[in-house]
Amino acid sequence: MKTHETIKVVPARYPLRIVGAGVALLILAIVIQSVAFNPRWEWGVFARWFFDPIILEGLGQTLLLTLLGTVLSVIFGGVLALCRLSSSWLLSSLAWGYIWLFRSLPLIVVLIVLYNFSYLYDTLSVGIPFTGITWASYQTINVLGQFSTAVFGLTLVQSAYTAEIIRGGFLGVDHGQYEAASALGLPAWRRTLRIILPQALRTILPSGFNEIISLAKGTAMVYVLAMPELFYTIQMIYNRTQEVIPLLMVGAVWYLVITSFLSAIQYLVERALAKSERRSAVNTNRSRAVAPAATATQEPAHAQLS
Amino acid sequence: MLNSPEGHISITGVSKYFGRHKALDNVSLEIPPGTVTVILGPSGSGKSTLLRTINHLERVDEGFIQIDGDYIGYRRQGDKLYELKEKEILRQRVNVGYVFQNFNLFPHMTVLENLIEAPVAHRQLTKKQATERAYELLDVVGLRNKADAWSRHLSGGQQQRIAIARALALKPRVMLFDEPTSALDPELVGEVLDVIKTLARSGTTLVVVTHEIGFAREVADQVVFMVDGKIVEQGESDAVLNRPQHPRTRQFLSKVLS
Repeated sequence: MKTHETIKVVPARYPLRIVGAGVALLILAIVIQSVAFNPRWEWGVFARWFFDPIILEGLGQTLLLTLLGTVLSVIFGGVLALCRLSSSWLLSSLAWGYIWLFRSLPLIVVLIVLYNFSYLYDTLSVGIPFTGITWASYQTINVLGQFSTAVFGLTLVQSAYTAEIIRGGFLGVDHGQYEAASALGLPAWRRTLRIILPQALRTILPSGFNEIISLAKGTAMVYVLAMPELFYTIQMIYNRTQEVIPLLMVGAVWYLVITSFLSAIQYLVERALAKSERRSAVNTNRSRAVAPAATATQEPAHAQLS
Repeated sequence: MLNSPEGHISITGVSKYFGRHKALDNVSLEIPPGTVTVILGPSGSGKSTLLRTINHLERVDEGFIQIDGDYIGYRRQGDKLYELKEKEILRQRVNVGYVFQNFNLFPHMTVLENLIEAPVAHRQLTKKQATERAYELLDVVGLRNKADAWSRHLSGGQQQRIAIARALALKPRVMLFDEPTSALDPELVGEVLDVIKTLARSGTTLVVVTHEIGFAREVADQVVFMVDGKIVEQGESDAVLNRPQHPRTRQFLSKVLS
């Protein structure tokens, strides 16, 4: 009988995988070849417009809309989520009604209705309802311009979705955590912000970033307001020059860049949040100096029992 | 804190319904300060519910609970009891520590952060003082070297010892334990019970719901036996455990001890 040192280990081979990978690479090469060498894609036009100031200005508007839409809908959606979770029957039904309404209406309908608000109401005023008292009054048409209508419409619709995502995250946190925080007498805001929210974020973030990404692309919808964001700018240009495909490619690549950027942020945020999950049993950020001594005397760690 | 006269619990005619089910049926119990009371009973007998009412995690439907004369969940003015707002209830809970069956440590915080959260939130201590106190408490439960560990990396027994330390951080007059060893592997039960035994000699009032008869025999001043939301037998541990009067107590003890 041979000793173990002389026995050779032969790794298992999977020839079909190699064939499959080869076919996939071939298809990829064909696609790249056709896109790169078919002159009708007009990559020269693409290159000329890609960093054009008009395009960049449109891109700026798109980014600004995305940013404002995200920030406002997280704030408003957070409030809605807390209302939905509130033990007050009235608050939770009102929030439910809001979410029901704005999840049911297509964004484009909301935008056009808002844009025509000045037809319904000539002026918007601040005062006490059901009395004649008015402190300030504005022409609707001046308040709801293209940009503010776009921000307002996106926020109204987006916050309905954001609220549900945040609520889902809160519901996903073990009930024992609420009880432990209550038993320690932590004030409600501290319980929500310091105990429940950090744990809820782990489930909120993946679907939350999904929503931000679809919002970034959804801003293209505000072209119906003739607002010069990225997509509307591109349409304006190709209607004039008739270079439809290369200009759409300019938009497509910019949307790709935005989405990749957001995905990168998502990756970094999720990695930062996962710190308590990582395998090292000791929080290395705090106690790098004492960690070796501590690990030496450490008792064997067990899996969590419940 | 030694032999402090504080921590007197008085339960008077407490009933609690879950829908139609009567979880607590006219329960009255006196728990003198600094004593150890062990509540025994089959599952579903209402012992955990009783414990939760003492901390107002569960609202009572009838009757009153007082700690050192203060009504739990209410404020008395003359002949009227005013229901407290959530904020005031939370403040009341500072006097009562609660240890859960499933530990419920905050998993996104280190052990040290778990321990300083409540004292800092209640402005009892500055962060620095709270940290000092946290290390003292970690010495009590024998886990000083775990201060910077994440709670989920600890064994069940260690987690429960940290949970006890966390409850002690507010210097409560009363400590409530809801089946503190039921979620533990058998070989880890002893380390948690040892910590509770240390507390039993510190003068804090302890109320422990458990199935550990040996622990009750050794530590309890008073043993209460509950069935179907009622207290059927109570008295000194020696009397209840060795010479039970009620047939249900005898039946339960014979099953648990066999």
